[in-house]
Amino acid sequence: MVNIEIDGKPLQVDDGKMLIEAADEAGIPIPRFCYHKKLSIAANCRMCLVEVEKAAKPLPACATPVTDGMRVYTRSAKALTAQKGVMEFLLINHPLDCPICDQGGECELQEVAMGYGSDVSRYQEKKRVVKDKNIGPLISTDMTRCIHCTRCVRFGQEIAGLMELGATGRGEHMEIGTYIEQSLVSEMSGNVIDLCPVGALTSKPFRFSARAWEMSQRDSIAPHDSIGSNLHLHVRDGQVMRVVPRENEAINEVWISDRDRYSYTGLNSEERLQAPRIKQKGAWQETDWQTALDFTVQNLRKAIAGHGAQQTGALSAPHCTLEEMYLLQKLLRGLGSQNLDHRLRQNDFSPQTPQYPWLGQGLAQLEKLDAVLLIGSNVRKEQPIGAHRLRKAALRGAEVMLINPVDYDFNFPAGEKIIIAPDAMVSALAGVARALCELDKAANKTHLDALAQVAVSSIHRTMASRLKSADNAGLLLGSSALAHPRLGALHTLAKLITRLSGARLGYLPQASNSVGGWLAGMLPDRDARGKSVSQPGLNARAMLEQGLKSYVLLNMEPEFDCANPAAALRNLNAAECVVTLTPYVTSQMESYADVLLPVTPFSETPGTFVNAEGRWQEFNAAVRPLGEARPTWKVLRVLGNLFELPGFDYVSAQEISHELRALAPDLATAGNGGDSATLPQLDNHGQTQGLMRIGHVPIHSIDNIVRRASALQQTADAEQACIRLNAAEAGRHGLMDGASARVSQDEAEARLTVRVDARVPDGAALIAAGVPGSETLGASFGAVNVERLA
Amino acid sequence: MNAVPMNIAAKPLAELISAEALAEIDRWIAKYPPEQKQSAVIQALHIVQDQHGWLNNERMDAVAEYLGMPKIAVYEVATFYTMFNLKPCGRHTIAVCTNISCMLRGSDVIVSHLEKKLGIRLGQTTADGKFTIKEVECLAACGGAPMFQIGKTYYENLTPQRVDEILDKLK
Ligand code: SF4
Ligand code: FES
Ligand code: FES
Repeated sequence: MVNIEIDGKPLQVDDGKMLIEAADEAGIPIPRFCYHKKLSIAANCRMCLVEVEKAAKPLPACATPVTDGMRVYTRSAKALTAQKGVMEFLLINHPLDCPICDQGGECELQEVAMGYGSDVSRYQEKKRVVKDKNIGPLISTDMTRCIHCTRCVRFGQEIAGLMELGATGRGEHMEIGTYIEQSLVSEMSGNVIDLCPVGALTSKPFRFSARAWEMSQRDSIAPHDSIGSNLHLHVRDGQVMRVVPRENEAINEVWISDRDRYSYTGLNSEERLQAPRIKQKGAWQETDWQTALDFTVQNLRKAIAGHGAQQTGALSAPHCTLEEMYLLQKLLRGLGSQNLDHRLRQNDFSPQTPQYPWLGQGLAQLEKLDAVLLIGSNVRKEQPIGAHRLRKAALRGAEVMLINPVDYDFNFPAGEKIIIAPDAMVSALAGVARALCELDKAANKTHLDALAQVAVSSIHRTMASRLKSADNAGLLLGSSALAHPRLGALHTLAKLITRLSGARLGYLPQASNSVGGWLAGMLPDRDARGKSVSQPGLNARAMLEQGLKSYVLLNMEPEFDCANPAAALRNLNAAECVVTLTPYVTSQMESYADVLLPVTPFSETPGTFVNAEGRWQEFNAAVRPLGEARPTWKVLRVLGNLFELPGFDYVSAQEISHELRALAPDLATAGNGGDSATLPQLDNHGQTQGLMRIGHVPIHSIDNIVRRASALQQTADAEQACIRLNAAEAGRHGLMDGASARVSQDEAEARLTVRVDARVPDGAALIAAGVPGSETLGASFGAVNVERLA
Repeated sequence: MNAVPMNIAAKPLAELISAEALAEIDRWIAKYPPEQKQSAVIQALHIVQDQHGWLNNERMDAVAEYLGMPKIAVYEVATFYTMFNLKPCGRHTIAVCTNISCMLRGSDVIVSHLEKKLGIRLGQTTADGKFTIKEVECLAACGGAPMFQIGKTYYENLTPQRVDEILDKLK
């Protein structure tokens, strides 16, 4: 601690801090452009010049460390002259186009110029003009406005981990850009819009659509991954105009992913269902809520009376709110059915699977890990903010190791990696487990016997010793592990590894409320208290593969959201009654559903999401429901009343979450199961015959909103359906890049273009799920046949 | 747009320059700690330019790949220094200094004389491919301002007349 004085105010400041940080903490304003608390110090704009006693010249506050006894003046004549001088120079080349600039009203340059600028310019000469660049569908550029602060360049290098923008040329000719015209590909690229202090980088989809002062700001929570980034929704006339981050150091710091920033472009898509519809004698007709709800109750009653409640089930997307899932399970249980699930993409439901797949630690804890083993995770595209935390760990020197079915490209340096077909991931993990056992053979005799068949390689040994020797080690299982047909085996082995190595076990769940689904009791075998039910119902897979007579579907599109779309569509079409609560209508729904009830997306309803670290985050509706749509909790409440079930008298969504809060188990003490499970059978650790599908879900295909977000669908990350094979595997099947192939799984089939992709291991075919073109296929992780088409 | 899984791989540097040139770059790389091999970027660019006369994107990308740098970081270096030619140039490149000392001593007159005489503007090449003129920053010969450099030779205390004599002697 040192004692300093700024503008006469005595302050105690930590050693090594810069003056600007001390001033910021004390609430003393110092103008700045290049300084940003999350970026390295460039000290190139000179706007932050202040007078420091005994220093000959004004000093930049952002690059001057505090020293004991320092006296600083931020508003003295000397400081002000320096600041005004810099301002005048910055404005020399800056255009006077504020009236047509999107940044107007929220521009740092505009604000500082108000305080430090002069009202007339002494500059008479020609201003510099810089050609705009096309850097993709998300960010507009007006490079003449750039003041060369290099925040955007440092963001790429330091935060995104992908240097795409740079400063080319020199002096008068310096320009910020990509040099060669190309789109930014970082999944965090939109953050440069917030960083840019002027209107040089602005949001392309938002361009010229509203002024900052016309919109009101509403708090919300990002609904597309299990991070739960905090958001501000900017709304005008009942419409979300744009989305920006809301600072929360514990979660997203000051960043958000592009998916969270631009998904709003899908909210009011043309496919929004704006009024209830019922199907009578095969024809759809729009109707009012009363009629639609009566129709729903009547049809469900009829189905239950005819076939028993066991023939009814409910499925909810994992991005539904806690309140919605809690009410849906309450409704179904009230009707006598335990057929409930939110784990739509899960393939394995064996008893060895995890009890509560959550992160097992705080998000901020991820940056403190010294060794990490990622298993089946493309964290960079699945939880971009999670990857950012891991990147910080890696830059600190942590070893991030991988057992993955695809050689994903990460924005942090990865250490040892095993890239292997999905079915061989189990034996790879078993290899690590056995290597750990071998470190202490005597103590682990039983495990060694159980793992006798497992081959251990040097890479398994390196992974094992890294995990064991690190102070803070972690195993993180991602989406491809959660959707893996042998999730139970992976979980049991992961558990064993954490016990033997002292590493922490964590899951990176896919959706914004995946963890909430477990807590809300949206499960066939456990209720909202976390207690086992006496007669468990069917899980998601069983419901959709065995077929039921009636279904209630919440906020989901089975062809894109389920582990086995072909089976799901077949059985939904065969059912007697399908009630669909959905914000969007699809042609598939028109085929299988009998009633369509328009419900709201996250922006139009209050609710709660529980993120990966188990944090409950409540949010409110930012805008009114579109058309006749209604918040799901209200619809389910009325259905409860119409079915004359007790306990459906809520007056607010909060009342529901409070009720659940009192019941739900605490994740930290709930445990994850698998501690005493016997080790999985590993005799078939060779590869299955033929190809194994990797059905991962691309970043912009994850849920019904994102799939309709026009801005995101134009980016390079928007995947088209295709089959990706490595060159050798393509050769073995007589296929070439660009060829057409017939891909089949049992009776299901699709015609897909072949892409040769070196990231895919032997014995595997990467065929993304969640994208149009692959929805006719079966299990996302299962055997596939591939034939060449002429 | 289809997904671009990874940065499109650049052509290997070894295919673009001679083995001796590559060995020369390796000698520069060896002067720095391994994790800082990008310190050799200026030398590497010079060596590649010496082979081809100028740097195109393919050549810069190959250098980036070889040194493990982001491509844009190589473009930053290549565009910063006027010694790097980013376009094909004539047999003789006339690099005219227009920095402060030369400007005060009349570099404007030299530039306009050159432009008129050769019928091209700064940054252009004559149709016969003989001359390129370009503007550069201070070449540290302020004592002899105004000046320009042709190839590796400095010509100082220029006047339009001296310029004519110098150019006439060049083949
Ligand atoms: S584009 Fe914006 S953020 Fe980037 S250097 Fe220019 S002013 Fe700074
Ligand atoms: S903020 Fe200090 S120099 Fe830019
Ligand atoms: S200013 Fe021209 S050589 Fe220095």
